[in-house]
Amino acid sequence: MSTVLGPSPAEAPAGAAAPPPADVRSLLRLAPYLRPHVVALTIMLLTSLGVVALSIAVPLVTKALIDGPITERDAGAILPLGLLALGLGVLEAVLVFWRRWVQSNAVLGIETAMRHDLYERLQRLPMAFHSRWGSGQLLSRATTDLSAIRRFSGFGVLFLLVNVVQLVATTAVLLHMYWPLGLVVAAAAAPIVWLCMRFEKEYVVVSRRVQDEQGDLATLAEEGAVGIRVIKSFGRSGHVGEQYAAAARTLHATSMDKVRLSARFWTFLGAVPNLAVAAVLLLGAIGVGRGALTPGELVAFITLMLSLVWPISSLGVILAMAQEAMTASARILEIFDTEPAIVGGTRRIERPRGHLRLEHVDFAFPDAPDEPVLRDVNLDVAPGETVALVGATGSGKTALTALVPRLWDVTGGRVLLDGIDVRELDLVHLRSLVATAFEDPTLFSMSARENLTLGRSDASDADVAEALEISQAQFVHDLPWGLDTRIGEQGLSLSGGQRQRLALARAVLARPAVLVLDDTLSALDVHTEKLVEEALGRVLGSTTGLVVAHRASTVMLADRVALVEHGTITHVGEHRELLATVPAYARLLSAEAWADDAAVSV
Amino acid sequence: MSAATDWRGAAAVDADEAAEAMTAARLGGGARRLLGELLAPYRRALWLLVAVVVVENAARLAIPYLVKVGIDSGIPPIRRDDDLTVLLVVVGAVLGATLLQAVARQLFLVRSGRIGQDVLLQVRRRVFGHFQDLSPAFHDGYTSGRVISRQTSDVDAVYEMLETGFDGLVTAALTLVGTAAVLLFLDVELGLVALLCGPFLALLTNWFRNASARSYRATREKVALVIVHFVESMGGIRAVQAFRREPRNQEIFDDVNEQYRAANLVAFRLVAWFMPGIRLIGNVTIAVVLLYGALLAYRGDVTVGVLAAFLLYLRQFFEPMMEISQFYNTFQSASAALEKLAGVLEEEPDVPEPTSPVALPTAHGELRFDHVRFAYVEDRPVLPDLDLVVPAGQTLALVGTTGAGKTTLAKLATRFYDPTGGRVLLDGVDVRDLTSDTLRDHVVMVTQESYLFSGTIADNIRFGRPGATMAQVVEATTALGAHDFIAAMPDGYDTDVANQGGRLSAGQRQLVAFARAFLADPAVLILDEATSSLDVPSERLVQQALRTVLAGRTAVIIAHRLSTVEIADRVLVMEHGRIVEDGAPGDLVAGGTGRYSALHDAWVESLA
Ligand SMILES: Nc1ncnc2c1ncn2[C@@H]1O[C@H](COP(=O)(O)OP(=O)(O)OP(=O)(O)O)[C@@H](O)[C@H]1O
Ligand SMILES: Nc1ncnc2c1ncn2[C@@H]1O[C@H](COP(=O)(O)OP(=O)(O)OP(=O)(O)O)[C@@H](O)[C@H]1O
Ligand SMILES: [Mg+2]
Ligand SMILES: [Mg+2]
Repeated sequence: MSTVLGPSPAEAPAGAAAPPPADVRSLLRLAPYLRPHVVALTIMLLTSLGVVALSIAVPLVTKALIDGPITERDAGAILPLGLLALGLGVLEAVLVFWRRWVQSNAVLGIETAMRHDLYERLQRLPMAFHSRWGSGQLLSRATTDLSAIRRFSGFGVLFLLVNVVQLVATTAVLLHMYWPLGLVVAAAAAPIVWLCMRFEKEYVVVSRRVQDEQGDLATLAEEGAVGIRVIKSFGRSGHVGEQYAAAARTLHATSMDKVRLSARFWTFLGAVPNLAVAAVLLLGAIGVGRGALTPGELVAFITLMLSLVWPISSLGVILAMAQEAMTASARILEIFDTEPAIVGGTRRIERPRGHLRLEHVDFAFPDAPDEPVLRDVNLDVAPGETVALVGATGSGKTALTALVPRLWDVTGGRVLLDGIDVRELDLVHLRSLVATAFEDPTLFSMSARENLTLGRSDASDADVAEALEISQAQFVHDLPWGLDTRIGEQGLSLSGGQRQRLALARAVLARPAVLVLDDTLSALDVHTEKLVEEALGRVLGSTTGLVVAHRASTVMLADRVALVEHGTITHVGEHRELLATVPAYARLLSAEAWADDAAVSV
Repeated sequence: MSAATDWRGAAAVDADEAAEAMTAARLGGGARRLLGELLAPYRRALWLLVAVVVVENAARLAIPYLVKVGIDSGIPPIRRDDDLTVLLVVVGAVLGATLLQAVARQLFLVRSGRIGQDVLLQVRRRVFGHFQDLSPAFHDGYTSGRVISRQTSDVDAVYEMLETGFDGLVTAALTLVGTAAVLLFLDVELGLVALLCGPFLALLTNWFRNASARSYRATREKVALVIVHFVESMGGIRAVQAFRREPRNQEIFDDVNEQYRAANLVAFRLVAWFMPGIRLIGNVTIAVVLLYGALLAYRGDVTVGVLAAFLLYLRQFFEPMMEISQFYNTFQSASAALEKLAGVLEEEPDVPEPTSPVALPTAHGELRFDHVRFAYVEDRPVLPDLDLVVPAGQTLALVGTTGAGKTTLAKLATRFYDPTGGRVLLDGVDVRDLTSDTLRDHVVMVTQESYLFSGTIADNIRFGRPGATMAQVVEATTALGAHDFIAAMPDGYDTDVANQGGRLSAGQRQLVAFARAFLADPAVLILDEATSSLDVPSERLVQQALRTVLAGRTAVIIAHRLSTVEIADRVLVMEHGRIVEDGAPGDLVAGGTGRYSALHDAWVESLA
């Protein structure tokens, strides 16, 4: 399993605080969500208690009927007592209705609020977090776990309380009715409590495993959907199907453990009250026989006792629910407890010039802290200047560009924008100053316009048209609904080059002070590339640019070139100059190599 | 479309609307059929379970009866001469019944739990498998979020029913029937009075069934919206953050979250009517029986013991009613989910497997497009009329402006889509007559997007050929010049590539994706911009490797960098879905006036 999925996110957060335990404390930490619903919760509690009181009262009316009118042959009292029973019955139903009505609102409010906060938190958590967590695991928290909490916070807590109250109250009434028998009933509580505690301990382990495995399965389901084209092109449906089935079987096995555990527990819980009934019958009948108890009392006593069977056996279900809610809240707290490591400062740049400066920048990804990706990087990009980053695959160019908008934070040194450390800048402000066209276009299944205006929602149609022209993405106008056409998921209803140009237009449209282009012309044909380059040249004339390039043609966009080798900038200079003086650079971008071949192939 | 959903934009097939229409048409028939199918293998086991439940309930129902016997016949002997025998026998019987009930219950819970889990496993596998069988065209419109939603939240709903289902339903139904019988047996008159509640229960339940079916369907659809948005925004979180999309996303999420809440609220409120309704009927019945029974007892028509037992049984009658209604509720929710799942399972693959497949044990690799027409969207042909033969063993380069239809051509050859007109033939056989397994054995494509699965680098490369040894994997990466960077990773080939390859750089991802195809060793290899993100030296290495690998193999290389074209025997230039030039690269350049020649000039110039 783990070879398929890698380390499960449950164990992944290395260095993060220990995961919160799945106990009452984690559940209580989510209690503030109950606050806005205090009134509703109070009503729920009171109505539930009312229901309990009524369920105790009705057998008492029965007792009164049997002992009174019937035994004493008093016909007149039958009707009022009967009507009383009817009234109490109706009242009970009304209370139940009231509770459920109020509860619907409250529990859904709680769930919705938690989901809101969860999403908000997830959006704020940095890439360092997201690169570690599969979205399947996140999703299972936002859906399955939240509904586990909802179920418990609505039905579970209430019934737990009500059941306990009912158990205690009924036992008290029983003790009052005839204390020797009452004691027998009370004694039955001991094994129940003991059982519950044992069950809790074992159940918490199993239910956590089930929930984690469900998350893993969701991740596989997601990969099966997102990777469908790769799976198809290799005809590996069977293979991934097997992987999925294997994970599903693991979940099956764990779930069976859970089933067996609950079965044992529930069976025991069901048996205890029956044993108590046997004891009460024995002692009670003897009591009646010897005149210590009236028959009516015994009937009422046993009726009441039998009314405990259900609360006790449902205790099993409720405790399981409680345990699942605790596990769920622990899983959710794992996210709430992850502090967004990247938070903005307060400073703003009033008149951004776009002076970008990297000073002794070190950077390592958190999962490989000992293997820095960038080491002592120094670079100064003057306002309006464009610098190309050239380097071999995996040399750290993308990592470097990601430091500017603080998608990642430096681990050493600093990045300055107009002389201010980016970490001191307001984050939203900083990101409005820097726009990146990523190497993979990352489009969303929404309208083309919405995709374009991602970074600037107030862009006018003229702005959009201009950005489209610069990136040679006028094809958008020819889509079936023009700018309003929905772009397929990840832009997959567009051709590769179209996707890339759309992503480019998006970055251009943001009108940033610093424009970062991460190898964004790779999927364009030579003609289109040339047109884009000409247009981009105009934009970059006034904007600071950081352009990652693998081809000489793209390098031409830049005023200067920085050569990135093994995570550090070894040379900075003009293209021709580097070509002539730095062999490593010439190797990377040598025109001759291709020109020779081109000549040969002619 | 409301203002709140403008951002989604217009599409030819709106998956939401399609989903609505689908469910409206099927109205639950599919759900019932699917459930029947799923449970079919367990028919016998289910009957066994029913038997177990009968035993359990007989034991359970016996207890109040025994109590009655204990009171009615156990007490008088004690009163008379302190004789405990009858009472002890009865108490012994109670203990026996308790034991029997416990054993039966344990058996039932474990068995029914197993059936539930088995069914669930089966649903999961079937749904996952079916999604895999559906074509990319289907997935284009359906979106992965919805696929995930079906496989998580809908399956969960079914699970919830199965978890509590058998238990609740079987027990409750039997209790109802059993108790009704006992009531009639105890006293016919009183029993009939009690059973008067039946029609009311039926009416209420019927109302609830109709109303809740609709509302649960709505919740299924709304939760899918939540999941779709959630998955997509988390998948693209880098762009979301870089472009400060968070507030807008939050707005959209709040909107779908709220819609989901509202749909749930409707469903919950129905339950808020239904459950107390059941209880009201129960309580009124109890009160009526009490009143009437008291009169009978007063007149001496029934004994006090009978009345007591009667009331006990009535309670037992209505408590499972609560359980039934609870089950009914989860059942309704699960049916809505099953409906969705059945809808997916009934979706016919639009790239169907052949009914009588042609075997093609070894392929030479001749690829022929015979007057192929294709359009993604009706009336917008991408390939108007494509005629092309790629002889076995030829290396063909495909160039042309972006959006010309190169990828589309490749996708037709690999049968991601079927042409709307004409035929695609491999070795003279229509690809529609080949099973997908046969076709994939012979034709493999490296797609323009290098998608990696979470798992190790080795796993990802082996994806092309699961049986490959480590030596073969290393051989492939070495040939491509990818071995060095992989070996330098902290865990080498066992390095986890993390979320969809996030641990690797773009070029590294592309190399791994390339190695994956290399290892697959097909007769026809299609490379769609497979080296676009590589630096020049890496690209050269790949090219050298290709020279040897492509010998004797048919290859279609789609590329914008003409450097890739140099190894080709033949070049095609595509414009707007048509082939505008066709020839050996040297000849085309030598012509001096054609498009390729112009491209070539531009390219040479760009190298400067
Ligand atoms: N999340 C990560 N955790 C650990 N290492 C990573 C992570 N992402 C990338 N790396 C490693 O960091 C190095 C630099 O990656 P980067 O993406 O910056 O390369 P690049 O120069 O952009 O390459 P390319 O030209 O292929 O895009 C690579 O060796 C890569 O394997
Ligand atoms: N799934 C789809 N749904 C609708 N239209 C599509 C889909 N895929 C591609 N298209 C359209 O079909 C046309 C051809 O696309 P195709 O991907 O074949 O181009 P291409 O030649 O590969 O271009 P590039 O060089 O940019 O990759 C484009 O106009 C594109 O917008
Ligand atoms: Mg990169
Ligand atoms: Mg393409």
